[in-house]
Amino acid sequence: MASELQLRVNEKMVAVTASPETPLLYVLTDDLALQGPRFGCGLGQCGCCSVLADGVEIRSCITPVSKVAGKSITTLEGLPGYYAKRMKLKTAPELHPLQEAMIEEQAVQCGYCYNGQIIKGAELLFRNPQPTEPQIRSAMNGHLCRCGTYPRILLAIQRASKKVAAHA
Amino acid sequence: MPEKEKRPGLPRRNFLKATGSLVAGFSAADTLSAQTAGTDNGARGTVSGPPDEAEVDSYIAIHPDNTVTIFSGYVELGQGGPTALRQIAAEELDLDFDQVATVRNDTFMCTNGATYASMTVAVGGTKLRAAAAEARRVLLTMASERLKTPVEALIVARGIVSVKGGAQQSVTYGDLLGGKAFNQKFEPVSYRAVGVEVPRTNPNNAPQKARAEYKIAGSRVARFDIPDKVSGKYTYMQHVRVPGMLHGRIVWPRGQGAYGMSLPKVIGIDEESIRDIPGVRIVRRGNFVGVAAERQWDAVRAAKSLKVTWETFAPLPGSDGLHDHFRAAKTKDLVVANAGDFDAVWLDREGPRQAAHIASGTYIGPYQSHGTMAPNCAIADVKEDGALVMCSDQAIYQARTGLAQILGLPAAKIRVQYYPGSNTFGSSCYGEATQAAAIMSKELGKPVRVQFSREDEFGWDNYGPAHLADLRGAVDADGKIVAFEYQAWGHGSPATTTASQLALGAAAASSDPDGGGLFQLRLSQNDMYDIPNRRLIDHRIPGKGYMRIGALRAPLDPPYFFAQESMMDELAWMARLDPYEFHKRNISHPRWLGVLKAATDAAKWTPRVSASNLSGAKIVVGRGIGIGTHHLPVNQGDRITFAAAVAEVEVNKDNGAVSAKHIWGAIDCGLAVNPAIVESQIVGMSIHGTSLALKEEVRFDHAHVTSLDWNTYQTLRFGEHPAVTPIVVQRIDERSSGAGEEVLPAVVAAIGNAVFDATGVRMHQFPMTPARVLAAMEAARSLSGSRRAGEI
Repeated sequence: MASELQLRVNEKMVAVTASPETPLLYVLTDDLALQGPRFGCGLGQCGCCSVLADGVEIRSCITPVSKVAGKSITTLEGLPGYYAKRMKLKTAPELHPLQEAMIEEQAVQCGYCYNGQIIKGAELLFRNPQPTEPQIRSAMNGHLCRCGTYPRILLAIQRASKKVAAHA
Repeated sequence: MPEKEKRPGLPRRNFLKATGSLVAGFSAADTLSAQTAGTDNGARGTVSGPPDEAEVDSYIAIHPDNTVTIFSGYVELGQGGPTALRQIAAEELDLDFDQVATVRNDTFMCTNGATYASMTVAVGGTKLRAAAAEARRVLLTMASERLKTPVEALIVARGIVSVKGGAQQSVTYGDLLGGKAFNQKFEPVSYRAVGVEVPRTNPNNAPQKARAEYKIAGSRVARFDIPDKVSGKYTYMQHVRVPGMLHGRIVWPRGQGAYGMSLPKVIGIDEESIRDIPGVRIVRRGNFVGVAAERQWDAVRAAKSLKVTWETFAPLPGSDGLHDHFRAAKTKDLVVANAGDFDAVWLDREGPRQAAHIASGTYIGPYQSHGTMAPNCAIADVKEDGALVMCSDQAIYQARTGLAQILGLPAAKIRVQYYPGSNTFGSSCYGEATQAAAIMSKELGKPVRVQFSREDEFGWDNYGPAHLADLRGAVDADGKIVAFEYQAWGHGSPATTTASQLALGAAAASSDPDGGGLFQLRLSQNDMYDIPNRRLIDHRIPGKGYMRIGALRAPLDPPYFFAQESMMDELAWMARLDPYEFHKRNISHPRWLGVLKAATDAAKWTPRVSASNLSGAKIVVGRGIGIGTHHLPVNQGDRITFAAAVAEVEVNKDNGAVSAKHIWGAIDCGLAVNPAIVESQIVGMSIHGTSLALKEEVRFDHAHVTSLDWNTYQTLRFGEHPAVTPIVVQRIDERSSGAGEEVLPAVVAAIGNAVFDATGVRMHQFPMTPARVLAAMEAARSLSGSRRAGEI
C-alpha cells in the first residue's frame, strides 16, 4: 500500500507517496521530475540510474524507496552542491569538476549512460582524488557505455582528478 | 492566411491547444520556442509537412535579432550531426556558429530527413548548403538595394552586410528579413533511392562558397548538446511526461521466435493474476497485449505478473546450429560479380596463371544486437481526429506512415515529434515502442507512455545479420592476388513490425522474400583490391524462420570484412609478406592507400610477416590490419568512405582471453565538416568494433531468443577497453561521405588478424570468446600434431 515517505534529495526534504517497495528510480523520475537518474535496465546491470546515497553509488532501479529513508540522496543535478559540501567550498560550482572535464574532453556521445559515469566517477574521486588508471578501470567497470566513449571518460576522470586533488 | 488554413492538418487552434495540454514543463518551453521560430512562415508549426524542398523557407528562417534557425530533419543520435549542420549553415551564410539554432524534428516543422546510413552531413548537409547559398544570395540582393551598392562590393561577417572599405554602411540579415519569409524557389539537391545524388542542372543556382575560404566548416567546433548532457538538463524521450498520461508496458512473450512462423498467438489471459495491483488496465487488440497504470511501478509489476498463455513457437535452429542451417537452406543464388575467370585459375594451378599459394576458409558471424543503453520509449495521444506522437524514430515521416496504418488516420492528421533516446545505431525497437504507444492510447482514450523493458528491447530487436561465408584465394609468387572468390549465405529482413502483426494481424512480410536487401553481398566491398579473376556469389535465404534482422551500424560489414580481411591476411602470410606490404601490392586506389598509411604510421607499424614472432609465453602479443567501409551502391552511388584500422592485442593462451590493448583507426570521409566529431566517432567505432569482435552474440534456443539482459548479452566493459588513436584524413575538396560506420568493420577484421599474429592460429568465427580461441588453438595443435605424425 502507498504511504507517505520523507526523503532527503539534493539536500532538500521532500514528501512522496509511494508503496515502500517502489524502486527509488520511479520516485525520482516520476514524482520529483529529475532528469539525472534514468531507466536503463531495471536490473542493476548498466548504471544509468545511479545516485549517491550518503556518498555511496547505488542503483536506484533496484533499490526500494523505503531503504533510503534517512539517507541523503544526491542525483546528477545535485552533484555540484554536494561536491561543495564535501570539499567545504564556500559556494557551489556550476558543475562538478568531472562534469567540466567531460565537456573539455568532448567525451559524450548520446550521453544516456553519463548520469552513471559521472556519479560513479565522482564517488571514486571523493574516495581517491588521484586514482591510477587500473583503479579507474576497476571502479568504473560496472558502468556500460554503448557509444564506446570509455577512453574519453578515462581521460576526463584523470583531468578532473587534478582539480579535485587541488580542492582536497 | 486563409489558404493555408484550408490545407490538411489539425486546425491551428486545436493544434495549439493540443500542444499546450500535452507537453509539460521543460518540453513546453521547447515547443513554444519552436513555434516562435516558425513565425516567419505562417504555415510552419500549424500544418503537416514535409514542406516543399524547393523553397528556401523550408530549411531556413531569419529572425529579427539576426539569428537563424535551420529545419533540417536530421536528429541528434549521439553522434553530433546537428553540430555539423549548424557549421555548414553558418559557413555558407557567413554567420557565427552560435547565431544558428536547430529545432526539435517535427513533422509540422521540418524537412523530410532520415538520420541513418551516415547521411546527416553527406545528404542533409548537402541539401542545406544549397539552400543556404540561395538564402545568402537573396539576402545580399536585398542588402544591395538597401545600401545602394552592387553585390560584388558587399562583405558579410556575423550576418552583418557592409560595404567593402566603408564599414559605417551596413545592414543585418535580421534587419533585412527578420521574421519574414524568403518566398524563394530554387532547385534543391535531390537524391535517387536513399542517397544517390542527382546532378543539379539549373545554371542559375546560387554559387556556393569556395572550400578554400572555409573557416567554420572543417573546424573543431565543440558540440552544443554536451553541456546539457553532463548537467542533467538534456531531455531524453525517457524523461518526457504529459498530464493525464498512463504508464504502459507491453506484455509479449519473453524473446522472439522464428520470424514469419512464430507470430505470438494469445491462448488466454488470466486477469486474476494481477488482481492485487489496483487500477491496472489490460489492453488487448488482436494478439497485442499491454498493461497501463497511473503509477509506473504498477505497470512494471503488472507486466511481470500478468499471466498470458501463448501458443508454442515453431522450432528454431538454435544459435549453435544456425550456420549449418544456413548452408543446408534452399537458396536463391546470385552471381554478384564475375570478373575474369576464377575457375580457370583455381582449377589449373600449374597453368600459365601461376598461383603460387592458395587458401580457402569458412568464416562466420553471429546475430548482434543494437543494444541501446535506453530501452525505447514513446508517448502517444490519440484522439478521434488526430494524434500527437513523441518518439525516438530516426525518420519521423516514415514513423508517421506506420502510425497511419496502425491508427487508420490520414498521415497529415498525425504529428510526430522526435525526442532523443540513447544510442540506437539503426533500427532498434523505436518503431515497436512508437506503434505500441499509439495502439494503447487509441484503446484507452488517454495519452500513454510506453517504456520497453530491457528484456523487451533485447527480445524484439531487429538484430544485425548473422553471416556465413566460404572464401577462396590465390596469390602469385610476387604476392599479387590472382584469384578470389567470396560465397555468402544470409537471409532477408522483415518489413512488418511485431506491433502491427500482433494488433492488426498484418501478415509477416519480408522486405525481400528471397533474402538480401540491405544484407546482400556487395560488389563494391571487394573491388578496392586489384584482382583480375574475382567472383562473388550470394546465396540468399528467405527470411522467414530466422531472427528478425535490421540495419545495425554498418549493416553486414563486420562479418563481411572479418572474412575478407582474414583471407587477405592468410594470403599475405602464405606469400611471406608483411600484411601492410601485401595491401599495398594489391590496392592502387590512392584513398584506400591513404587511410592504410595513416593508420600504420600512427601505429608505428614495422614490417614483419604475421605470426613470425611467436612466443612460448602464457601472454602473447600481436598486431593486425584491416580495412573497412559501409557502401551500398543502391543507396550511395559512388559516395564512399575509406577506413583502415590497426589493432594490438594480448592473448592469454591458458584461458583463451583476448584483450585489445590499442586501436588506431583512420578515416577518409571527404570533407570532415567537424574533424573533432569524426575523431569522436572513430573512438566510438573502435570500442564498438572491439565489442563486436570479442563479446557480442545474440543467443537463442529452439524456440526463443535467450539473450535478454546485459549478462546474457555481453558487451565490452570499461575495464576491458583498448586505448584508441583516431586519425582523420581531411580532404576538404571531396564530397562529405559519412563517418559513422566505416571504421567498425575494419576494427573487427584487424583484431582477428592480430590474434593470428600473436598465436599463429586463425580465428574463423567471432565473437572471439575465450572458449572459441581455446578451441581454435587446440584444433591447430592437433592438426600440426597429425601433420608431424604423417611426416614420420
